[in-house]
Amino acid sequence: MEKILSLKNVSKTFPVGKTLLGKPINHVHAVNNISFDIYEGETFSIVGESGCGKSTTGRLINHLLTPDSGEIWFEGKEISKISQDEMRPLRKDMQMIFQDPAGSLNPRMRVCDLIEEPLLIHTNLNKEERMKIVNELLGIVGLSAKHAQRYPHEFSGGQKQRIGIARALTVNPKLIIADEPISALDVSIQAQVLNLLHQLQIKYNLTYVFISHDLSVVEMISDRIAVMYLGFVVETAPKELLYKNPLHPYTEALLSAVPIPDPSYHKDRIILEGDIPSTINLPKGCPFAARCSKCKPECLETRPETKEVEPGHFVSCHLY
Amino acid sequence: MSNKEQLKNEELQQNNSFDESYVDDNIATVSSSKFKMFVKKFMKRKTAVIGFAIIVILLLMAIFGPALAPQDPAKYDYSNMFAPPSAEHWFGTDLYGRDIFSRILAGAPLTLGVALSSVLVGTIVGTILGLLAGYYGGWIEMLVMRGSDVLFSFPDILLAIAIVALLGPGIINVFIAVAVFTVPSIARMMRSATLAVKGSLYVEVAQSLGCKDARILFLHIFPGTTQTLIVNFTMRIGSAIMAASGLSFLGFGANVSDPEWGAMLSQSRSYLSTAPHMLYLPGLVIFITVLAFNLFGDGLRDTLDPKIK
Repeated sequence: MEKILSLKNVSKTFPVGKTLLGKPINHVHAVNNISFDIYEGETFSIVGESGCGKSTTGRLINHLLTPDSGEIWFEGKEISKISQDEMRPLRKDMQMIFQDPAGSLNPRMRVCDLIEEPLLIHTNLNKEERMKIVNELLGIVGLSAKHAQRYPHEFSGGQKQRIGIARALTVNPKLIIADEPISALDVSIQAQVLNLLHQLQIKYNLTYVFISHDLSVVEMISDRIAVMYLGFVVETAPKELLYKNPLHPYTEALLSAVPIPDPSYHKDRIILEGDIPSTINLPKGCPFAARCSKCKPECLETRPETKEVEPGHFVSCHLY
Repeated sequence: MSNKEQLKNEELQQNNSFDESYVDDNIATVSSSKFKMFVKKFMKRKTAVIGFAIIVILLLMAIFGPALAPQDPAKYDYSNMFAPPSAEHWFGTDLYGRDIFSRILAGAPLTLGVALSSVLVGTIVGTILGLLAGYYGGWIEMLVMRGSDVLFSFPDILLAIAIVALLGPGIINVFIAVAVFTVPSIARMMRSATLAVKGSLYVEVAQSLGCKDARILFLHIFPGTTQTLIVNFTMRIGSAIMAASGLSFLGFGANVSDPEWGAMLSQSRSYLSTAPHMLYLPGLVIFITVLAFNLFGDGLRDTLDPKIK
């Protein structure tokens, strides 16, 4: 399979506070030295708890943020340092779906204008051709052409997210970054939208970067999964390997927290102690050391290297 | 995997069945329906409709008023000084015996023209500066905001006097003065409105879609600020009428012999006890004018808000 996107040692910090001279006092280390490759046609999920840098990673890939260091390669081009103008033509191949379906739609634009917008930017089609595509797409995402004249507030959350998906599809992208696309929706609607995303993937051979905190959803949809903690990728593996054989203690704890809809089932949950360390002053050693039950002295001292423990299964832990 | 594929087939079949006839219908009605919907929504707001009606009458007055005036507004009639309202002189006469109703009609283009055009020009400049300051930040914001602070440190009327003193008296210079002191308040208001909209997710989405700065500014951010802009614009018209009258009163604006409403008001001030109609009737016209603009602005704001039915 072709590599479509690859991140190499990408880091991003945000300044916090300002001195009188305008110099930042501290930095939040949102994303630390992360690397992974994404292949054409797969669904690559990024999971982790809130504040672990998942969404920042999505925005870095989409060039809404620029990394402090590291490289992002998209379709053979290094995009981390290019300007917005240079990025514009590449956006045709890389679209994003956002978590908040209501907030991501301009309330003053009609559905047809919203979905049409990428076509206006990236193509030279005339009004009639654009409207034809808009109406087609509305059909594909399960709405109909009669909805085109309405405003976003006239739709339910699930319908709004369908509009967001239709908009992402207008210019036939290759890669879609879905930043928690279903977490704002009801469970029943979640299933509909997930199915829609899956059908579209098969129909258009899409590649997804799927950002989520919901492990049962991730298990259903992904091919490969990266687990993030405190801005670090602690484990990357194909879905089957990760769920059957989680290596990193954090992944184990995370998986043990997935609810199982069976009242008679008794499981041994791993309860993590303590809080997430501050992202301003990162721990010196392994980011997870302070909460890890298998912590060794060296974990507190040195950052673990990323090792390939079995084919395709990468983990950053001193245990392996 | 297999159940996913089943679902896929189901839904894809379902999706192919959308109605072609709808498509053509909608293309044809895109542009007309938007305006119709706006009018329909606006008509539900009775006070705003009244305000709009008054504004239309005022504008017609400004255009045709001088021609409709029943008597020559500049004709002195010393046998009829300070006459109270009567069948012959609807609003009475002033200290030279001139017909006040005719003078109000004749003064409409002057008064409304100066107020509207100066606020319009000031608002356009202020809006552009505020948008740029809010969107780009940095040195543009610094320049616009500190410039506004400097202008704000003068009381409105003092600033206007300073400008008129610099340029010389006359109605054109009153127009420039009112426009200049409209700019900072609009720029400041627009900057904060821009900052609020800029932080919303749909602006980030626009960036992610690849919109250029100009498109983001004018298509995504600007429409989100129009509500506050319209309300401020209408309020400024009221204060612009006041400011222009004030300047005329001080002798910096319109000629005393011109039928400018503010000048008429100032002229009648000394005769309040003997001929109150000279003050009240032009004052009433100014009051109704300002009220009409405020009502209209309020209604427009509600109509433009897609969340209000």
